Amino acid sequence: MPEKTNATATEMAQVETIIGRILQVGVVFSAIVMGIGLVIFLATGNSGYAGDTVPLTMGAILLGTWQLKAYAIMMLGTYCLILTPVLRVVVSIYAFYKERDHLYVAITTAVLIILMIALLIGLTGK
Amino acid sequence: MIQTALIMIGVGIFAGIAGAILGIGGGMIITPILTLGMGLNIKYAIGASIIAVIATSSGSTIAYLRDNVLNLRVAMFLEIATTIGAIVGALLTGVLDPKYLYLLFGCLLVFSGWNMYRKLRRGQEVLQRVEPDKIASKLKLNGTYYDKAEMKNIDYQVENVPAGFSVMFGAGVASGLLGIGSGAFKVMAMDTFMKMPLKPSSSTSNLMMGVTAAASATVYFFNGSILPGIAVPMALGILGGAVLGSRIMQVLPARWIRMVFIPIILYIGIEMLLKGLGVHF
Repeated sequence: MPEKTNATATEMAQVETIIGRILQVGVVFSAIVMGIGLVIFLATGNSGYAGDTVPLTMGAILLGTWQLKAYAIMMLGTYCLILTPVLRVVVSIYAFYKERDHLYVAITTAVLIILMIALLIGLTGK
Repeated sequence: MIQTALIMIGVGIFAGIAGAILGIGGGMIITPILTLGMGLNIKYAIGASIIAVIATSSGSTIAYLRDNVLNLRVAMFLEIATTIGAIVGALLTGVLDPKYLYLLFGCLLVFSGWNMYRKLRRGQEVLQRVEPDKIASKLKLNGTYYDKAEMKNIDYQVENVPAGFSVMFGAGVASGLLGIGSGAFKVMAMDTFMKMPLKPSSSTSNLMMGVTAAASATVYFFNGSILPGIAVPMALGILGGAVLGSRIMQVLPARWIRMVFIPIILYIGIEMLLKGLGVHF
């Protein structure tokens, strides 16, 4: 664990490295899921659904993924990609906490809460 | 079908490289290609471009975090303004006439383009005040980044934090209400108003863009605006392009990036002014 020093820059570099790694895992994971879906789609020429239908509920997407339907896997990968920025905020809170930067734990938590409110408004409002 | 996928991967790579270098979302590149070039319904084009923003953001942020280019504190602090702004913007849909926002932001972007041009001529990239800005010091916003073009660590200061915060709030309102310009406004707030150097501004904008876009992306995801056959190959292309672009950006001299940025920011600004004045083309 880094000692408490005045070298904010060094601390920041460490915080950024942690977040960078986790973000990388998230991005690579969503890319792999999207890639598998795309390969199945192109190889079979079949989206797994009738006509232009796209699975739009979490249940349908997960069920379709289990059945190896191309569009379901592609949607799952896309959803994982959408979550990567949220993941970034969550990990940032943890990283600032590790660095004992309470001001930024508070600021980043505020961002997460506002983001959650936005998600709720988005889900119910339209 | 394979052809469509290949085209989208290609478009994605291009948009990813450009977006990562300039700190702007791919929407500006993606939307016209999809609507004008491929005749896609605007609804799906918007869905694709919001995915493009997130892919650009996440793809480029990996390198920008690792190579210590972006400023995480500035990002998180300003993110409060953009996310609240985005909510306000979404709530104001139908209440506020977008005309005024187009005019306001058109003017701001043109001003910002002019200001960037002046910066370019003076050749001054980094703010070094004898007396650091009080708010910036308190919030620990001043930072350091490693410039691979100059091969050295560059310390920089920021100032005008309240102004930058306000512009960010406005940028959030605009992106929530109009669904546009998430990146260009952010770079403008940091570069023009807070006097942050261009490379940290562009990379920090990249990180922030994704967070702001994630909120609205969920809406588009569940309302059927995402066409997997289009969005997925494009997103994969963008991820690759953005990883590449985030490396290219670091070795480019900041002046070059600015030279590319100025015409783009002027173009967006003038387009918005015309829209605000009711001129369509």
